[in-house]
Amino acid sequence: MRFTLNGREISCEGSGARRLLDVLREDLGATGTKEGCGEGECGACSVLIDGQVVDSCLVAVGQVEGRDVVTVEGLALQDGKLSQLQQAFIEYGAAQCGICTPGMLLAAHVLLEQSRRLTADDVREGLAGNLCRCTGYTKIIDAVLSCTK
Amino acid sequence: MVLSSTIGRSVPRREGAAKVTGAARYTDDLVIPGAWYGKTVRSTVPRGRLRSITLDPAFDWSRVVVVTADDIPGDNVVQLIRDDQPVLAPNGGEIRHKEEPILLLAAADRGTLEEASGHIRIEIEPLRPVYALEEATEVFTTLEITKGKVVEDLEDMEVVERTFRVGLQEQLYIEPQGAIAIPEANGAIRIIGSLQCPYYVHRALKRALKLSDQQAIVVQAETGGGFGGKEEYPSIVAVHAALLARKAGRPVRLIYDRHEDLAATTKRHPGVITHRTAVKKDGTLVSQDIEIVLDGGAYCTLTPVVLSRAAIHAAGAYSCPNVRIRARAVATNTPPNGAFRGFGAPQSLFAAELMVEHVAERLGMSSVDLRRKWMLRLGDTTATGQVLNESVGSELVLDAALKAVPTAQPLNRRTARHGRGLSLVFHGSGFTGSGEKKLQGTIGFEALADGTFRILTASTEIGQGTKTIFCQLAADALGVGLDKVILAPQDTSLVPDSGPTVASRTAMIVGRLVQEAAAEVKERLKREKAPLRLEKSYFQPDSIHWDETNYRGDAYPVYAWACTITDVEVDMTTGEVRVTDLVTAVDCGKALHPVMAEGQIEGGCLQAVGWATIEEIKMKDGGYQNDRLATYLIPTALDAPRIRTILVENPYSRGPFGAKGIGELPMDGPAPAIIAAIHDATGIWLDEIPATPEKVLAACASR
Amino acid sequence: MLHAHALRPEPEALLDLWPLNELKGVRCTGDMLEIAAAEPYTGIIASLDVQQHLPALAAAARTIGAAQIQNRGTLGGNLANASPAGDTLPVLLAYDAVVVTDRRSIPIDTFFTGYRKTALQSDELITAVRFPLGRHVAFRKVGTRAAQAISKIVMAVSRRPGSARIAIGSVAELPLRARRAEAALERNDVEGAIAAVAEDIRPIDDVRSTAAYRRAVTQNVLRELLDAFARG
Repeated sequence: MRFTLNGREISCEGSGARRLLDVLREDLGATGTKEGCGEGECGACSVLIDGQVVDSCLVAVGQVEGRDVVTVEGLALQDGKLSQLQQAFIEYGAAQCGICTPGMLLAAHVLLEQSRRLTADDVREGLAGNLCRCTGYTKIIDAVLSCTK
Repeated sequence: MVLSSTIGRSVPRREGAAKVTGAARYTDDLVIPGAWYGKTVRSTVPRGRLRSITLDPAFDWSRVVVVTADDIPGDNVVQLIRDDQPVLAPNGGEIRHKEEPILLLAAADRGTLEEASGHIRIEIEPLRPVYALEEATEVFTTLEITKGKVVEDLEDMEVVERTFRVGLQEQLYIEPQGAIAIPEANGAIRIIGSLQCPYYVHRALKRALKLSDQQAIVVQAETGGGFGGKEEYPSIVAVHAALLARKAGRPVRLIYDRHEDLAATTKRHPGVITHRTAVKKDGTLVSQDIEIVLDGGAYCTLTPVVLSRAAIHAAGAYSCPNVRIRARAVATNTPPNGAFRGFGAPQSLFAAELMVEHVAERLGMSSVDLRRKWMLRLGDTTATGQVLNESVGSELVLDAALKAVPTAQPLNRRTARHGRGLSLVFHGSGFTGSGEKKLQGTIGFEALADGTFRILTASTEIGQGTKTIFCQLAADALGVGLDKVILAPQDTSLVPDSGPTVASRTAMIVGRLVQEAAAEVKERLKREKAPLRLEKSYFQPDSIHWDETNYRGDAYPVYAWACTITDVEVDMTTGEVRVTDLVTAVDCGKALHPVMAEGQIEGGCLQAVGWATIEEIKMKDGGYQNDRLATYLIPTALDAPRIRTILVENPYSRGPFGAKGIGELPMDGPAPAIIAAIHDATGIWLDEIPATPEKVLAACASR
Repeated sequence: MLHAHALRPEPEALLDLWPLNELKGVRCTGDMLEIAAAEPYTGIIASLDVQQHLPALAAAARTIGAAQIQNRGTLGGNLANASPAGDTLPVLLAYDAVVVTDRRSIPIDTFFTGYRKTALQSDELITAVRFPLGRHVAFRKVGTRAAQAISKIVMAVSRRPGSARIAIGSVAELPLRARRAEAALERNDVEGAIAAVAEDIRPIDDVRSTAAYRRAVTQNVLRELLDAFARG
């Protein structure tokens, strides 16, 4: 199978039926993507496939043949600096234990790509597939909205 | 050059960059060459006698390591308070709950593990299980607190009696339980795991595997949430992993998937709380007679301490001359319950707060006015006879919350009704009574030759900000920049036992030690050269008196206070309750890091909202029906209310800069406020949580 | 995908339909709108044609899961899976949709035959869902939380002179048309319809809710949706 991961061409072997989540974490060392439930409920395993946010626990690696996959490791800027969104997450206290953060960042990233005119309700709806147990979501929403300026 | 202090400033989280780039390494992220996978095989029967374990000879068992109770070198006991819970069910022993661990497997890949577990036959002779709290006959522990004498027969009195029920709740840390065990030289075993209390695990390992202090090594990995769920449970995961690693002679990864975590790990103690409150017609509180029954599940775990906290908080944030609190915890054949943020207080405060509402209703008074009349103030005495002689923020937080109420939002639906409710709660910071004294929590502090300073503590970062605020406190005391302060890893071979990361004690008790140690090192550096190292242990002030036998005296060093106002929208067509707004004013003593303090409050409030509304666990045959994330539901961003936090700083003389513990307090206020809000919207009174649409609709219909 | 991961032993081969463009897209002609079987819900929600002609379908799609699920979930998938709780399935029933396969067209009201059972043959492939235009449908889902929730009940109602559709999910072993309630409504007997719907459904107690609640809420929601129709 061949696909692009965070801009790099990847070629991987083995069964195409394996979960993309496992291929990322076990074969490619991209452990930023987390397993919280394995059933598409928590969003901790969120990745981008061709710019759309999906749960990688529900995607067979064969399905990303020829596609662009982006994980949290691909969010930082070219020179390794943190993106505006990543900085906002730190500044606003949007990350506490951090386990939901990779998935949350990717879902928020897509929201911001789609529109810079977001309301708090838009952000809540866009992040509804990413469970957080630490923050109560308040500061996550603040962080995302701060990037719409 | 004097650098300005960062105390009270929301500096970037110490490990924030790692968390937002995916670089932070949680237990299952770690690559351990040669590690096998482990699996726990559990009872499907809620009560019985283990008769036999048969491994199917048709399966090639050479590929698999099997561990049973016979393989335990030390005591087959999960080290905690009582020695009642086995590590693995012994042959002929009694199985007391569904999901009880019976044996362990390890293999090179998960496929082999799955296959192997299908080739095991376990014979359990069933015994009659007890599920309902009301039918329980075995009592773990009882406790009684008395002050004055319960009075109900004076002239001009009203007596209000009510019974409340609170349900199970799962901590639902987004990272499931997991530990990796690595055998090392000289019989040592290293555990790397997702945990809150390295030294709890250390003690459990020593006991079950017969290891010395040096042979047992426990390292906390970056941990994706705990909330108490990783206080004592990780001891089981770690000991299991260690037994497998020891027998396999190689590292073993024991990582739970979400289904196992939901089905088998500890939950909040459910319970029934009954109040009989006697008041004069003018609202004067005369006596409170309270009975608490908590369901501990099959084994004792931390139940006596949970019951203790429940009892101490049971009379609420109020001053009453005559109080009797009788509390007991019983055993049922359900999975053992354990630590969860609040630890008994949310349960008893739920009842206490709603009693204020019911008494106010009986008297035709406003419940806010009644709270003003009753609330504990400076100089008042609690139910255990503790005189509150400082930092009592009860009226401060009530006034602050009332001033900040949101304007009611337009309703979403024609069939919806708006309601508003309020609660006033308090929560003891630190361990109960002589707890801190017994713990003797200790930290190490070093001045290194290169001009940096290192904090050595077993207090863990689990998202609440331990690492950040400890560095702030040290840097401030030393007068250096934050970048000069580092922390040693939370590794028992490197750091002393600072006590567990629980009980709202980390900032107030351990943070204070960090502050004192840093100040002492600064002094010594005036006369000596680095490297320097010292240790600081908790020292109980003479002014704290606690009588453990009679449960009287200074239950906690100090209390934190919160007033919470919630707005709800109840859809009369479906009974659905939406919490739309939540305002909470919290007396935290001092906010060392305002954003992190708010973060704790906001997160805790939403957990309480979930407990009060949608986090329902239905039992069937002694097991949880809600054992997947599709059926155990916590609030999403779309469910969460707008939450606004008002930090009130009312300093405590012994906290660092006046800081009090607030980790658990946010769990106490929202649930009763939501029930009061539902009443405000619909006229119905619910006596139990979660306030599901089924209950709301039925109550509205019968009105 | 969830089921595939759980399959032991692993299947010999998995056929991924996702890349087939023939199974993507929304096409609108004068009197008919066709949604290809593998068009993700995100596309359905964003389609101006769907928003204009089938707004209840867009509304239902928005209640499915959350962004991650909507980006991968499809009508074809939900039809083949035939869960009694499928959020869009009652909407398809209310719109009189037609399931188009590689060999025939199956009217939606004969498509579901039992618990997770359909009229499809074992090698038959759903290629599209076709909607006649002109029906107004009202929709409501009642779930435990606002997103990522399997419904307690989910209802779609359509009413025009002489023709009523009352379709409900999570109240039987398949998505159901409440025939007696529909007949009452066609006779303009609204109260009769609300009473009859309680007989049409066969809800159970399960981990999410109770039969009694489902019955009561079915009636309440039907009343609410019919009131909305009456107000125009």
